Amino acid sequence: MNFNATLIGQMITFGLLVLFTMKYVWPPIVQAMQDRQQRITDGLISAERSVREQELSKAKASQLLKEAKQQATEILAQAHKHANEIIEQSKQEARIEGDRQLLAAKAEIGQEVNRARDLLRSQVVNLAVAGASKILKREIDESANAAMLDDLIKQL
Amino acid sequence: MSEGGVGSATGYIVHHLTNLKVGEGFWAVHIDTMFFSIALGIFFLGVFIKVARSATSGVPGDLQNFCEIMVEFVDTQVKDSFHGRNPVIAPLALTIFLWVFLWNFMDLIPVDLLPSIAAFFGIPYLRAVPSTDLNSTFGLSISVLLLLYYYGFKVKGIRNCTIEILTHPIGKWFMPFNLLLRIVEDLAKPISLGLRLFGNLYAGELIFILIALLPWWMQFVLGWPWAVFHILIITLQAFIFMVLTIVYLSMAHEDH
Repeated sequence: MNFNATLIGQMITFGLLVLFTMKYVWPPIVQAMQDRQQRITDGLISAERSVREQELSKAKASQLLKEAKQQATEILAQAHKHANEIIEQSKQEARIEGDRQLLAAKAEIGQEVNRARDLLRSQVVNLAVAGASKILKREIDESANAAMLDDLIKQL
Repeated sequence: MSEGGVGSATGYIVHHLTNLKVGEGFWAVHIDTMFFSIALGIFFLGVFIKVARSATSGVPGDLQNFCEIMVEFVDTQVKDSFHGRNPVIAPLALTIFLWVFLWNFMDLIPVDLLPSIAAFFGIPYLRAVPSTDLNSTFGLSISVLLLLYYYGFKVKGIRNCTIEILTHPIGKWFMPFNLLLRIVEDLAKPISLGLRLFGNLYAGELIFILIALLPWWMQFVLGWPWAVFHILIITLQAFIFMVLTIVYLSMAHEDH
């Protein structure tokens, strides 16, 4: 159990081992571990962010839906109002038109009545003249009678 | 082992505690220690370099997972006790931990297996556990001591470090005494590191050898609990060596 050159050999071996470990073993493994740590961190952060984004868009969507519903209700109400207005307007127009037509018809009827009355009057005169000429059985001076006839017509 | 009785037992033990040696005197080399420690070192590097080459930041495979656990474990230890910035410390600690663990792990291989195989090929002596060789444990601890001085001088500067050696802990009027304390302290570090590892593993191996001397039906009764207990010892010793190295190095980096 004495010291000899084995000691020196072991020291050299140890030095070489440390050198190789330092150069080829330690850096890649530590690098891989750090990379993985980074990736996990990134993944967790992005997962959290997407959860938050999802919540946000959910809220946004429900907000939009609410707005759309409200808008639809408004549009519907407006449309109802509009339709009512149109109906009212047409009703009024129809009434006015009817009144106008009624008035026109009434006027026409009046005219017709007057015309018929005039016609009837002249015919009555003619009939009276014919009756009278038949009764008188003589020629009556037309011009002398004209004044009397006009009188008669006015009295009718 | 033809003598029988106590003689054969002694012969058996001595045989198991003799290294395969080339050369004489100081320049002798323990072939078995060198062979196993280099083989284990290559095994450790092979596995880890293979993983490091194909390391992915995606889902790691089983082997990568294991290596990452080791790396993270060592990294945590380093970060806990070392507060400077030094890219050497953590790989150094990883190498020490796994290399020493693999050395120690050789102790769990049945004591007669590898020597018997070696004897079959005509190799007379074989000690399979590098950490039962003082040269291995002191090779490590002396390397650590050299690193302590290298970083001590590099970080604090030669002037400051020399001043610290001469004036710490009790002022400049006790310079020789301070120097003496420092020498004792720096001798104690590698000796305690090396002897602790060596002593634990040597004792463990010796007890395995003694158990192997028992009749075959009793070997299991004692060998099994001792092996289970030894799983704890080999891990703990590797861990202690690593942690003390980190602590010593962090002390060398810090100003008093």
